[in-house]
Amino acid sequence: MKKLLSLAMATILAFSVAACGSKAPADTEETTTGEAAETTEGAETDSEGAEDTEGTGTAAEGGVLKIGGIGPITGGAAVYGMAVMNAANLAVDEINAAGGINGMQVEFQFEDDEHDAEKSVNAYNTLKDWGMQVLMGTVTSTPCTAVVAKSAEDNMFHLTPSGSAVESIAQPNAFRVCFSDPNQGAASAQYIGENGIATKVAVIYDSSDVYSTGIYEKFSAEAANQGIEIVAAEAFTADSKTDFSVQLQKAKEAAAELVFLPIYYTEASIILTQANGMGFEPIFFGCDGLDGILAVDNFDTALAEGVMLLTPFAADADDEATKSFVTAYQEAYGEIPNQFAADAYDAIYIIKAAAEQAGVTADMSVSDMCEAMKVAMTQITVDGLTGTGITWSEDGEPSKSPKAVVITDGAYAAQ
Amino acid sequence: MSFVSYLLNGISLGSVYAIIALGYTMVYGIAKMLNFAHGDVIMIGSYVAFVAINSMGLPIPVSVLISVAACTLLGMAIERIAYKPLRHASKLAVLITAIGASYFLQNIALLIFGANTKSFSSVVKMKPLQFADGQLNISGETIITVAACVAIMICLMAFMKYSKAGHAMLAVSEDDGAAQLMGINVNGTIALTFAIGSALAAVAGVLLCSAYPSLTPYTGAMPGIKAFVAAVFGGIGSIPGAFIGGVLLGIIEILGKAYISSQLADAIVFAVLIVVLVVKPTGILGKQIQEKV
Repeated sequence: MKKLLSLAMATILAFSVAACGSKAPADTEETTTGEAAETTEGAETDSEGAEDTEGTGTAAEGGVLKIGGIGPITGGAAVYGMAVMNAANLAVDEINAAGGINGMQVEFQFEDDEHDAEKSVNAYNTLKDWGMQVLMGTVTSTPCTAVVAKSAEDNMFHLTPSGSAVESIAQPNAFRVCFSDPNQGAASAQYIGENGIATKVAVIYDSSDVYSTGIYEKFSAEAANQGIEIVAAEAFTADSKTDFSVQLQKAKEAAAELVFLPIYYTEASIILTQANGMGFEPIFFGCDGLDGILAVDNFDTALAEGVMLLTPFAADADDEATKSFVTAYQEAYGEIPNQFAADAYDAIYIIKAAAEQAGVTADMSVSDMCEAMKVAMTQITVDGLTGTGITWSEDGEPSKSPKAVVITDGAYAAQ
Repeated sequence: MSFVSYLLNGISLGSVYAIIALGYTMVYGIAKMLNFAHGDVIMIGSYVAFVAINSMGLPIPVSVLISVAACTLLGMAIERIAYKPLRHASKLAVLITAIGASYFLQNIALLIFGANTKSFSSVVKMKPLQFADGQLNISGETIITVAACVAIMICLMAFMKYSKAGHAMLAVSEDDGAAQLMGINVNGTIALTFAIGSALAAVAGVLLCSAYPSLTPYTGAMPGIKAFVAAVFGGIGSIPGAFIGGVLLGIIEILGKAYISSQLADAIVFAVLIVVLVVKPTGILGKQIQEKV
């Protein structure tokens, strides 16, 4: 029996070793392609910088700025975390190649949180042990709300690319790149109303999720102003998210012309399949959570034909910045980037802009850095992939205009 | 007409719960343990079928058979490696091991298949039946699921009643010590129970993913828990109990969603469970010892 047990243990060990083994070369490759030379340079300047500080006690040029990232790279929301991690690495490599931020080389480390608040806080602590000075994360709203309490305690500068719940940046040290949920809800209602897309609307939302409920509440408030009638508002919860036949049946009976889906793409893919099965063909309209639906393995993209979503980024837009980003991302990762990738890419450049505005140096304490960058955030104007002339208010909300895309022939097409 | 439609949806969802609950109830009845890894065996079964159909391009019946075979082996392996050494350990130790096995399977699936959602294409190619000018729409999945569930339950009850192995299972469930003294191979009987339960899990997995087509490493977790509730609801250890519990649970869930509140659907399901257990602690059919497997 003991033999069997040890055999089992050995198998488990072999699995974990194999997992590490398969991952390590990929990481090394990434470093060698982009920044092997820079990293060693950075390390050298770092040690020199340290000596300087010891010797004279004055601020030194160069050094290293450690940016931490947190998000789900496994689990149900992994598509978002992977996109953020990849795009952030891309931006960091570009910045380092161009000389860094205020002469500092950027080091970026990303930790997995599986879209779980508790694991996200653990990831935050891991990154703090690593020496993180600025946090770019977390990717999803609920974990972000948990982490922002911690980063506020430490007074660390915190910029989330895509945490869109109001509470996600409730602290003065936190800012975001994406729209907040209420803003997405209101913007969706305005878009539907102003473009005359539909007047009878059904909503299917996740009542156990702060992201989904936040959008829904603001949407229904704004819908009244836009002459939109909400004929059915149906909920589901994290524990009953496999069957949507009832919600769809009710929307169908209420003769909804448009079904608003302020939810994530995993559930939306089931909704589209079930709606098709029961012969219900309204317009489906979603927010950034639907982004990723085309990446669902084996999903029949014909079902998503005509689905509209409100998103600040369309990969087929023909401005220079988007084109070069999409090309670089595709070369590095073999996929077309989604809006989460664009948010993260912008986030790194926003950190750069704020750090430069604030004159951040490597020897500043985390708290001093945050105080300086907080002020700088309200002064800068950033032209990014997710909007031009983006500015921030003191409460951390960005100001930019919404765009919508329609899924056509299995790809996002700008409206 | 919409009521009939909701009712049919409820029966369809309930039939999936019932097939899963049969696996729970058989294992509980005979090994007296809660196999929390059951839901994850379902998930593995779905992945096997997914790979066989989509990556290897095998015909659907062959793929389902491969999935059943794989789950049977997996179920027996879990029993042999994780549960058998603990047969005489405390109940709590076995329970924790089962939870461990459940997480182990989820993480293995995560490692092999990745976290991205896979869209499972339905194995049922039947056209939906339409009545009353398309107002009532019965999908092929619903018909096959309900038929499979009833057929499986009848087969299991006949197996218990007429086969030697079935009699051995009944004997072990009543008193394993006495059964061993009478010359019954207790370990073999328990292994057979796991094999049957896991084969059912594969069928449940394929049907579950055909009706609700998103497949992730966590697909089995929630239906597994709901099915466990169904098994307790119907009277754990009882085969017809698991069937009735599963179908009732599905109907209550869907009708609760449709007529009371879609937010409160789960609260309603579990409130009904509490009421039933307060009034009848052994579940709906819990008292019929003869039916125990």
